[in-house]
Amino acid sequence: MPGILSVVERAYHGTIEEQDDTILWLSHMIKNAGADLSVLLRSNAVNYAVKGQDANGLSIGGVALGVPPTLDNDVVALSTAGVTVYVVEEDLSDRGIGNDELCDGVTKVKRSGLAKLFDDHEAVWHW
Amino acid sequence: MTTSGEKSITIALMDPPYSSGTTTTALRIMDAALRKGINVNVFAYEGAVNLTMSGQAPHPNPVKGTSIEEQDHPSTAKFIAGLFTLGSDSPKLEWVNCGLCVDERGAGEWIDGPRRGGPGDLFKFSQESTNTLVIGTR
Repeated sequence: MPGILSVVERAYHGTIEEQDDTILWLSHMIKNAGADLSVLLRSNAVNYAVKGQDANGLSIGGVALGVPPTLDNDVVALSTAGVTVYVVEEDLSDRGIGNDELCDGVTKVKRSGLAKLFDDHEAVWHW
Repeated sequence: MTTSGEKSITIALMDPPYSSGTTTTALRIMDAALRKGINVNVFAYEGAVNLTMSGQAPHPNPVKGTSIEEQDHPSTAKFIAGLFTLGSDSPKLEWVNCGLCVDERGAGEWIDGPRRGGPGDLFKFSQESTNTLVIGTR
Protein backbone atom coordinates (compact mmCIF):
# COMPACT_ATOMS: atom_id res chain seq x y z
CA MET A 1 0.00 0.00 0.00
CA PRO A 2 1.38 3.47 -0.89
CA GLY A 3 2.31 5.59 2.11
CA ILE A 4 1.12 9.15 2.18
CA LEU A 5 -1.43 10.96 0.02
CA SER A 6 -0.84 14.69 0.26
CA VAL A 7 -3.94 16.66 -0.74
CA VAL A 8 -3.36 20.18 -2.06
CA GLU A 9 -6.43 22.38 -2.24
CA ARG A 10 -5.37 25.99 -1.62
CA ALA A 11 -3.73 27.44 -4.70
CA TYR A 12 -1.49 30.40 -5.35
CA HIS A 13 -1.15 31.33 -1.68
CA GLY A 14 2.24 32.96 -1.29
CA THR A 15 3.57 31.41 -4.50
CA ILE A 16 5.03 34.72 -5.69
CA GLU A 17 6.96 35.27 -2.47
CA GLU A 18 7.95 31.61 -2.16
CA GLN A 19 8.63 31.12 -5.89
CA ASP A 20 6.76 27.82 -5.62
CA ASP A 21 3.84 26.20 -3.83
CA THR A 22 4.80 25.36 -0.27
CA ILE A 23 3.15 21.94 -0.25
CA LEU A 24 4.45 20.84 -3.65
CA TRP A 25 7.90 21.88 -2.42
CA LEU A 26 7.46 20.06 0.90
CA SER A 27 6.23 16.96 -0.91
CA HIS A 28 9.30 16.97 -3.14
CA MET A 29 11.59 17.36 -0.13
CA ILE A 30 9.86 14.52 1.70
CA LYS A 31 10.11 12.33 -1.38
CA ASN A 32 13.82 13.08 -1.55
CA ALA A 33 14.03 12.08 2.12
CA GLY A 34 12.70 8.64 1.20
CA ALA A 35 8.95 8.91 1.64
CA ASP A 36 6.50 6.90 -0.41
CA LEU A 37 4.25 9.77 -1.36
CA SER A 38 1.48 10.70 -3.78
CA VAL A 39 -0.06 14.13 -4.34
CA LEU A 40 -3.69 14.92 -5.11
CA LEU A 41 -4.50 18.29 -6.64
CA ARG A 42 -8.10 19.29 -6.05
CA SER A 43 -10.26 22.41 -6.20
CA ASN A 44 -8.32 25.49 -7.40
CA ALA A 45 -5.01 23.63 -7.08
CA VAL A 46 -5.80 21.63 -10.24
CA ASN A 47 -4.67 24.75 -12.08
CA TYR A 48 -1.10 23.92 -11.06
CA ALA A 49 -1.21 21.21 -13.76
CA VAL A 50 -1.91 23.67 -16.57
CA LYS A 51 1.17 23.92 -18.74
CA GLY A 52 2.70 27.17 -19.90
CA GLN A 53 2.04 29.28 -16.82
CA ASP A 54 4.02 32.49 -16.92
CA ALA A 55 4.38 34.78 -13.92
CA ASN A 56 7.14 36.86 -15.46
CA GLY A 57 7.13 40.62 -15.36
CA LEU A 58 6.03 41.33 -11.81
CA SER A 59 7.62 44.33 -10.15
CA ILE A 60 6.62 45.94 -6.87
CA GLY A 61 8.11 49.25 -5.82
CA GLY A 62 10.64 48.92 -8.61
CA VAL A 63 11.83 45.58 -7.22
CA ALA A 64 11.50 42.99 -9.97
CA LEU A 65 10.67 39.36 -9.31
CA GLY A 66 13.67 37.83 -11.03
CA VAL A 67 12.73 34.19 -10.62
CA PRO A 68 8.96 33.68 -10.81
CA PRO A 69 7.24 30.44 -9.81
CA THR A 70 6.81 27.77 -12.50
CA LEU A 71 4.20 25.56 -10.94
CA ASP A 72 3.56 23.38 -13.98
CA ASN A 73 7.26 22.57 -14.13
CA ASP A 74 7.19 21.79 -10.41
CA VAL A 75 4.36 19.30 -11.01
CA VAL A 76 6.36 17.64 -13.78
CA ALA A 77 9.44 17.53 -11.55
CA LEU A 78 7.44 15.85 -8.79
CA SER A 79 6.24 13.22 -11.23
CA THR A 80 9.75 12.70 -12.59
CA ALA A 81 10.95 12.19 -9.01
CA GLY A 82 8.52 9.30 -8.67
CA VAL A 83 5.55 10.99 -7.05
CA THR A 84 2.20 10.10 -8.59
CA VAL A 85 0.32 13.38 -9.04
CA TYR A 86 -3.45 12.96 -9.21
CA VAL A 87 -5.86 15.67 -10.36
CA VAL A 88 -9.61 15.59 -9.81
CA GLU A 89 -11.25 15.29 -13.22
CA GLU A 90 -14.42 17.20 -12.38
CA ASP A 91 -12.41 20.04 -10.81
CA LEU A 92 -10.64 20.38 -14.16
CA SER A 93 -13.84 20.39 -16.20
CA ASP A 94 -15.55 22.79 -13.75
CA ARG A 95 -12.79 25.27 -14.59
CA GLY A 96 -12.84 24.59 -18.32
CA ILE A 97 -9.40 23.00 -18.31
CA GLY A 98 -9.03 20.56 -21.18
CA ASN A 99 -6.77 17.55 -21.52
CA ASP A 100 -4.58 19.32 -24.06
CA GLU A 101 -3.80 22.01 -21.48
CA LEU A 102 -2.37 19.63 -18.90
CA CYS A 103 1.32 19.17 -18.32
CA ASP A 104 2.90 15.75 -18.49
CA GLY A 105 2.93 13.42 -15.53
CA VAL A 106 -0.53 13.86 -14.03
CA THR A 107 -3.12 11.16 -13.48
CA LYS A 108 -6.78 12.07 -13.55
CA VAL A 109 -9.12 10.65 -10.93
CA LYS A 110 -12.89 11.04 -10.69
CA ARG A 111 -14.53 12.35 -7.54
CA SER A 112 -16.25 9.00 -7.25
CA GLY A 113 -12.81 7.41 -7.07
CA LEU A 114 -11.48 9.55 -4.23
CA ALA A 115 -12.71 7.35 -1.38
CA LYS A 116 -10.84 4.39 -2.84
CA LEU A 117 -7.77 6.55 -3.44
CA PHE A 118 -7.80 7.63 0.20
CA ASP A 119 -8.33 4.04 1.30
CA ASP A 120 -5.43 2.91 -0.84
CA HIS A 121 -3.00 5.05 1.18
CA GLU A 122 -1.81 4.54 4.74
CA ALA A 123 -2.16 8.24 5.57
CA VAL A 124 -3.95 11.24 4.08
CA TRP A 125 -2.50 14.68 4.70
CA HIS A 126 -5.06 17.33 3.73
CA TRP A 127 -3.33 20.71 3.73
CA MET B 1 -11.00 62.88 -0.81
CA THR B 2 -8.94 64.73 1.78
CA THR B 3 -9.46 68.39 2.58
CA SER B 4 -6.39 69.18 0.48
CA GLY B 5 -7.98 67.52 -2.55
CA GLU B 6 -5.41 64.74 -2.67
CA LYS B 7 -6.65 61.20 -3.04
CA SER B 8 -5.61 58.56 -0.56
CA ILE B 9 -6.38 54.93 0.11
CA THR B 10 -6.13 53.00 3.34
CA ILE B 11 -5.35 49.29 3.21
CA ALA B 12 -5.72 47.02 6.23
CA LEU B 13 -3.76 43.78 6.06
CA MET B 14 -3.75 40.72 8.32
CA ASP B 15 -1.89 37.92 6.55
CA PRO B 16 1.75 37.13 7.34
CA PRO B 17 4.35 36.95 4.55
CA TYR B 18 4.78 33.83 2.41
CA SER B 19 1.26 32.58 3.14
CA SER B 20 -1.26 34.39 1.02
CA GLY B 21 -1.93 35.47 -2.52
CA THR B 22 -3.83 38.49 -1.25
CA THR B 23 -0.63 40.00 0.13
CA THR B 24 0.92 40.05 -3.33
CA THR B 25 -2.26 41.64 -4.70
CA ALA B 26 -2.25 44.25 -1.94
CA LEU B 27 1.37 45.15 -2.64
CA ARG B 28 0.54 45.51 -6.33
CA ILE B 29 -2.39 47.79 -5.51
CA MET B 30 -0.09 49.94 -3.36
CA ASP B 31 2.41 50.11 -6.21
CA ALA B 32 -0.29 51.10 -8.71
CA ALA B 33 -1.80 53.70 -6.38
CA LEU B 34 1.53 55.36 -5.65
CA ARG B 35 2.37 55.46 -9.36
CA LYS B 36 -0.95 57.26 -9.93
CA GLY B 37 -0.08 59.83 -7.29
CA ILE B 38 -2.44 58.46 -4.67
CA ASN B 39 -1.29 58.51 -1.05
CA VAL B 40 -1.31 55.09 0.58
CA ASN B 41 -1.88 54.32 4.26
CA VAL B 42 -1.33 50.79 5.48
CA PHE B 43 -2.43 49.34 8.79
CA ALA B 44 -0.65 46.03 9.36
CA TYR B 45 -2.54 43.95 11.88
CA GLU B 46 -1.72 40.58 13.46
CA GLY B 47 0.52 38.47 11.19
CA ALA B 48 0.94 41.29 8.70
CA VAL B 49 3.37 43.02 11.06
CA ASN B 50 5.90 40.42 9.92
CA LEU B 51 5.79 41.78 6.36
CA THR B 52 8.28 44.53 7.18
CA MET B 53 10.70 42.53 9.33
CA SER B 54 14.21 43.39 8.26
CA GLY B 55 15.74 40.01 9.05
CA GLN B 56 14.05 38.21 6.14
CA ALA B 57 16.84 36.35 4.39
CA PRO B 58 17.02 34.68 0.99
CA HIS B 59 17.77 30.99 0.79
CA PRO B 60 18.78 28.43 -1.82
CA ASN B 61 16.26 25.93 -3.19
CA PRO B 62 17.34 22.33 -2.51
CA VAL B 63 14.53 20.94 -4.67
CA LYS B 64 15.82 22.77 -7.74
CA GLY B 65 19.46 22.66 -6.71
CA THR B 66 19.78 26.41 -7.04
CA SER B 67 22.07 28.65 -5.00
CA ILE B 68 20.99 31.76 -3.11
CA GLU B 69 22.22 33.90 -6.00
CA GLU B 70 20.49 31.82 -8.67
CA GLN B 71 17.23 31.66 -6.76
CA ASP B 72 17.20 35.44 -6.19
CA HIS B 73 14.56 34.99 -3.51
CA PRO B 74 12.28 37.99 -3.04
CA SER B 75 11.04 39.14 0.33
CA THR B 76 8.09 41.23 1.37
CA ALA B 77 10.51 43.54 3.20
CA LYS B 78 12.39 44.15 -0.05
CA PHE B 79 9.20 44.85 -1.98
CA ILE B 80 7.91 47.20 0.73
CA ALA B 81 11.25 49.01 0.92
CA GLY B 82 10.76 49.69 -2.79
CA LEU B 83 7.27 50.99 -2.10
CA PHE B 84 8.68 53.37 0.52
CA THR B 85 11.03 54.72 -2.13
CA LEU B 86 8.06 55.31 -4.43
CA GLY B 87 6.07 56.88 -1.61
CA SER B 88 8.79 58.90 0.04
CA ASP B 89 7.19 62.32 -0.36
CA SER B 90 4.29 63.00 -2.66
CA PRO B 91 2.54 60.65 -2.96
CA LYS B 92 3.29 59.41 0.52
CA LEU B 93 3.27 55.87 1.87
CA GLU B 94 2.46 55.62 5.55
CA TRP B 95 2.75 52.20 7.18
CA VAL B 96 1.66 51.49 10.73
CA ASN B 97 2.41 48.19 12.43
CA CYS B 98 0.02 47.31 15.25
CA GLY B 99 2.24 47.58 18.31
CA LEU B 100 0.55 44.93 20.42
CA CYS B 101 0.71 42.51 17.48
CA VAL B 102 4.41 43.28 17.16
CA ASP B 103 5.02 42.66 20.86
CA GLU B 104 3.23 39.32 20.99
CA ARG B 105 5.27 38.12 18.02
CA GLY B 106 8.59 39.62 19.03
CA ALA B 107 8.52 41.18 15.60
CA GLY B 108 10.13 44.54 16.31
CA GLU B 109 13.04 44.64 13.87
CA TRP B 110 11.81 46.45 10.75
CA ILE B 111 13.12 48.02 7.63
CA ASP B 112 13.13 51.84 7.57
CA GLY B 113 9.71 53.37 7.04
CA PRO B 114 7.01 51.75 9.18
CA ARG B 115 6.01 53.19 12.54
CA ARG B 116 4.42 51.67 15.59
CA GLY B 117 0.78 52.42 16.19
CA GLY B 118 -2.58 50.95 17.11
CA PRO B 119 -6.22 50.52 16.07
CA GLY B 120 -6.80 54.25 16.46
CA ASP B 121 -4.49 54.79 13.50
CA LEU B 122 -6.70 52.60 11.32
CA PHE B 123 -9.72 54.64 12.32
CA LYS B 124 -7.89 57.91 11.68
CA PHE B 125 -6.57 56.65 8.33
CA SER B 126 -10.06 55.59 7.26
CA GLN B 127 -11.53 58.95 8.21
CA GLU B 128 -8.92 60.79 6.19
CA SER B 129 -8.91 58.53 3.11
CA THR B 130 -10.93 58.48 -0.07
CA ASN B 131 -11.60 54.80 0.56
CA THR B 132 -10.52 51.86 2.72
CA LEU B 133 -9.72 48.36 1.53
CA VAL B 134 -9.80 45.63 4.17
CA ILE B 135 -8.00 42.40 3.37
CA GLY B 136 -8.64 39.95 6.16
CA THR B 137 -7.33 36.46 6.75
CA ARG B 138 -9.24 33.63 5.10
